[in-house]
Amino acid sequence: MTQPQFTDFYTILPFTILVVWACLLLLADLFIPRGRKGITAFLAAFGLAGTMGYTITQVGLSSIGFNGMVTLDGFSTFANILLIISGLFGIALAYGYTQRMGIERGEYYTLLLFSVSGMMLMAQAADLIIVFLALELLSIPLYVLAAFNRKTQSEEAGVKYFLLGAFATGFVVYGTALVYGATGVTSLSGIFFAASNGTSGLLLSIGAALILVGFGFKVAAVPFHMWTPDVYQGAPTSVTAFMSSGAKIAGFVALMRVFATAFPSISADMTGILWAMSALTMIVGNFVAISQTNIKRLLAYSSIAHAGYILMAFVPYGNKDVVSISIAAGLFYLLTYVLTNFGAWAVVMTLEKAEGKGLEISDYSGLAKKYPALAAAMAVFMLSFIGFPPTLGMVGKFYLFRAVIAGGFNGLAVIGVVTSLISAYYYLRVVVNMYMREGDPTIEQDPGLSFTATCTAVATVALSFVPQWLFLLASTALLR
Amino acid sequence: MNTVPVDYYVLLSAVLFTIGAMGVLIRRNPLIIFMSIELMLNAANLVFVAYASVFKSFSGQIFVFFVIAVAAAEVAVGLALIVQIFKAKKNINIDELNSLKG
Repeated sequence: MTQPQFTDFYTILPFTILVVWACLLLLADLFIPRGRKGITAFLAAFGLAGTMGYTITQVGLSSIGFNGMVTLDGFSTFANILLIISGLFGIALAYGYTQRMGIERGEYYTLLLFSVSGMMLMAQAADLIIVFLALELLSIPLYVLAAFNRKTQSEEAGVKYFLLGAFATGFVVYGTALVYGATGVTSLSGIFFAASNGTSGLLLSIGAALILVGFGFKVAAVPFHMWTPDVYQGAPTSVTAFMSSGAKIAGFVALMRVFATAFPSISADMTGILWAMSALTMIVGNFVAISQTNIKRLLAYSSIAHAGYILMAFVPYGNKDVVSISIAAGLFYLLTYVLTNFGAWAVVMTLEKAEGKGLEISDYSGLAKKYPALAAAMAVFMLSFIGFPPTLGMVGKFYLFRAVIAGGFNGLAVIGVVTSLISAYYYLRVVVNMYMREGDPTIEQDPGLSFTATCTAVATVALSFVPQWLFLLASTALLR
Repeated sequence: MNTVPVDYYVLLSAVLFTIGAMGVLIRRNPLIIFMSIELMLNAANLVFVAYASVFKSFSGQIFVFFVIAVAAAEVAVGLALIVQIFKAKKNINIDELNSLKG
């Protein structure tokens, strides 16, 4: 055994900083009086910003730490930056909202930091032990956050999320155990070597499939999506926004890394399963969303549908020529999704009143006349979800479909295009309500929400004019 | 010395895992569901330990320690949530938790 060196810690430096900061914040929060928890929010955001600074210094670097347990590469840095952005938006959304709903507590921000740190560890995991630990580190704080609003009985959402999440963990752990049984190792590169030397294929395939099921729950892919609408509706909206972005990025990033580095040799078995999962997720997510009248449930089904689009990027993962552009397309789409998603949730929270009022799509009637800027932002997000130019969503879908067609899965691309067209129906219904119906909506003035909505709306439109630059960044984010 | 073949352990663990998964899907009491989840985790632990002794490698055994520790953390959060629900509703039947429509 070798002693840990400095390079070991440098590999996970941003993660370490964030965990230490979160622990300190937990203590510091004791001395911050009630009613002034804005200080905690500010300190949490400060910690995330510092982490962001260190993460940016790691761009272009790559190293391995702790005997190959964690890794630092372009992929993990890209994902980390994305996760820290989600954390920052998560805090910006929560600050005013928790005050308004009377659930302001310092623990909210600490739990959020712990969850982000788990997501970052997930992006850097190079061993199934770390994947499991990171999965729990990100999930357990989220269970608590989902149950945060006792006034609206969001414990119900919390307990549902907890039971389904723990169930998913069971699948991941059992799958990992079978993979270990088939190969004798838990490190991703070790599994790759053992698998390419022709070890027991069946046990390995079953293990990989069980891991896929577990992560399918986490990223809300059909048929493992049943919890999503209930939990997204019941949890405080600020938590839902963070959960639907951060947990999804982390789940997909882990899936990408595990499948692309450990399981290419069994891609023949896996591709069919991934194909079916992706197609089903797109179809079910988009069709069920049509009948929703509550905006939180609409966005929940929309998030399921988008999980299907991102899953498309996995289907050609066994094809050596295509895997790099499909992973880049997947990462790019995650970025697109995160920006659009946070923006849409920010607008939803601007209209939300206490006790769950203001969450029906009909509550958006007449928004354009009274608050044109807010309605324009929401329209941008809806168009980006559909994949309509000139928004980032269009570019993201373009790259995804291109990767899938390059992998030779034209049928899947057709399903993707058709379901996007169907999705236009329910997204545009929100736009029609805002612009063409009469109504008198009232909004909450909240600088955090306006900041998030403005930032994401501008980014969604502006970045769509320079997508090559971003895609290049995602392409350099290759796995080692 | 005769040893039990590893296949038997894996078979037993598969049975335990299936019982656990069925329990989660069928039972209506969150506590029982939670116990079923623990059964699933322990089925995985059994596989880890069995293969660790076959491969003479420690990583399987170490994984088991992590699983046990994490399961304890999950218990803490899970039971707290269930107690909160019980305080609010005086009942923890999962079918009563239907204020959110699926």
